[in-house]
Amino acid sequence: MYSQGLIGADTATKETAEFLAEFQARIDAEEKIEPNDPMPQAYRNTLIRMIGQHAHSEIVGMLPEGNWITRAPSLRRKVALLAKVQDEGGHGLYLYSAAETLGVSREQMTEELLSGKAKYSSIFNYPTPTWADIGAIGWLVDGAAIMNQVPLCRCSYGPYARAMIRVCKEESFHQRQGYELMKSLTEGNEDQKAMAQDALNRWWWPSLMMFGPPDSDSQHSDQSMKWKIKRFSNDELRQKFVDATVPQAELIGLTMPDPDLKWNNSLNNGAGGYDFGEIDWDEFWRVVKGHGMMNKDRIRARKKAWEDGAWVREASLAYAAKQKANAA
Amino acid sequence: MTENLMPLWEVFIRPRNGLNHKHVGSVHAADAAMAMQAARDVYTRREEGNSIWIIPAASIVASDPANAEENFDPASDKIYRHPSFYDIPDDVGHM
Amino acid sequence: MNPDPLLQTVVQIADDHLILGHRLSEWCGHAPMLEEDLSMPNMALDLIGQARALYNYAAKLENKDRTEDDFAYLRSDREYTNCLLVERPNTDFAYTMLRQFYFATFMQPFWQSVSSGTDETLKGIAAKAYKETGYHVRHSGEWIIRLGDGTEESARRMNDAVAELHPYTDEMFTADAARQYCIENGAVPDMQSIQAIWNNNISQVFAQARLTIPKTPYPQTGGRQGQHTEDFGFLLAELQYMQRSYPGAKW
Repeated sequence: MYSQGLIGADTATKETAEFLAEFQARIDAEEKIEPNDPMPQAYRNTLIRMIGQHAHSEIVGMLPEGNWITRAPSLRRKVALLAKVQDEGGHGLYLYSAAETLGVSREQMTEELLSGKAKYSSIFNYPTPTWADIGAIGWLVDGAAIMNQVPLCRCSYGPYARAMIRVCKEESFHQRQGYELMKSLTEGNEDQKAMAQDALNRWWWPSLMMFGPPDSDSQHSDQSMKWKIKRFSNDELRQKFVDATVPQAELIGLTMPDPDLKWNNSLNNGAGGYDFGEIDWDEFWRVVKGHGMMNKDRIRARKKAWEDGAWVREASLAYAAKQKANAA
Repeated sequence: MTENLMPLWEVFIRPRNGLNHKHVGSVHAADAAMAMQAARDVYTRREEGNSIWIIPAASIVASDPANAEENFDPASDKIYRHPSFYDIPDDVGHM
Repeated sequence: MNPDPLLQTVVQIADDHLILGHRLSEWCGHAPMLEEDLSMPNMALDLIGQARALYNYAAKLENKDRTEDDFAYLRSDREYTNCLLVERPNTDFAYTMLRQFYFATFMQPFWQSVSSGTDETLKGIAAKAYKETGYHVRHSGEWIIRLGDGTEESARRMNDAVAELHPYTDEMFTADAARQYCIENGAVPDMQSIQAIWNNNISQVFAQARLTIPKTPYPQTGGRQGQHTEDFGFLLAELQYMQRSYPGAKW
């Protein structure tokens, strides 16, 4: 369910100019590209990396929220959270499958995640110390993800677009779940209100960073837009998210942690929108490069699950092989 | 850390009786029983269907996109296969 | 029917389901493969759903304005009457699947019988739970066979799990006075008939899994009287953390 601006895509191409022009013509005609179709190697590489990052983000994203499944404060909240984290596992699975159509195995992608070679959304390297973080993640992180993902349903690569349609459909409850949770806290006692505001304070800026570096620094965006892998730039999506979210915060009596936030009539071609303060890109890059509070813990948890599960996967393969031999 | 690959299975779901099974995605599993349960757990969490087919992805034979034009273009001018090709008097009503 | 023995029995069954669902939910995000990260929460959601239906019924029987959450979150350890089997820690995937298989194989004939029993509310809960439990039996049973007859390591782990968990299975078939009352009223089945079905089903799967049913001269019991293992305190500490830290708050 989560994607962020693509980090470090390889856009080198070796194909002839005619081939590339023909491919571009298909894209421009809004034709979908399917797994066996000829495609520039760079298109393939970009997609593998982008879908892989997206899948890893879903899987790592299970951890910060999973952290609260056993401590959810009511049975209603517990089943909702469990179902949501489970959905994220499903979304990772759909996305790995989409990437596999490009000739990379899930095992390969997993190894790249565990070795640190592959990236995932840096938002999940922040901790979830309180229950309100579960609300903030659903509302803000899923909200930001939806902004990113809805346009991806029209991505030029068929399997990715189809996976995203399924993800978006399932995810419609995630953001509502988070917002409702936040709302219940703001209607609660002083401790609960403070918990909600504190979570918003901690998650607001990282969720703006989820859209990736500003367009001025993002060297790979142009090619991805040309190939209709992405449909909107990082900054466009970020602005859309801010404009949608600020009124939602006001409605439940929460304050955005940004003194520079103010309405500006001239934004969005005169339709108006919110100016917002400077994003701390140093923090973004620090976390992307592995120095967030939870980077090491996240990878350690994934490694442990993968390594502890090895004997189970091996046993199932061994059993299947025996059954096959017996049947022959 | 290289390990044997867990086979890939393609999953088809029939939303309800009267409709075709439709491809919905894939799962990894060592054998058919495991793939069937995974398909159920992954793809029918929201009442998406009442029947599942699973097929080892390796068993699927796909047409070659390089042959797409010779495979599919020849049908495009055979308009006499469609009812609108034939002129009949309006008075005859629906036919 | 006198509501007290029924209430006590309903809470016992509810506790079994809540605690096992809670244990299973601990796996979410840490499973041996992604597909299993979806399967285990599916079973956990079934179990917690069944627990909620049962706690709501208990609240109605008790008629003291307690809610499902009051039952689930606001009792002391001695007031939980789940059998010890369901609170045993996850340990590894072999333990988890075996614990699931033991319990689901018990609940399947149990729910089947309750669905044609004398208590209307339980009948409704049982009809739905029976189907869900059937899937749990199949899913966990297949894993028992796969792991028992997989590799040397998986067979060793499966055997370890059987040796450790089997002594906890007897408690499922015990019936205290309240349960006995409900059995006599026809609300729940008698334990001997369930045990016979259970033994038969376990034997069949164990034979395919190359596992042997161990003799258990010293069964482990106590949960039904509120006497729990040490792990249970930590489970409750997590489960109840929010409700205990913020008394009276609504979530």
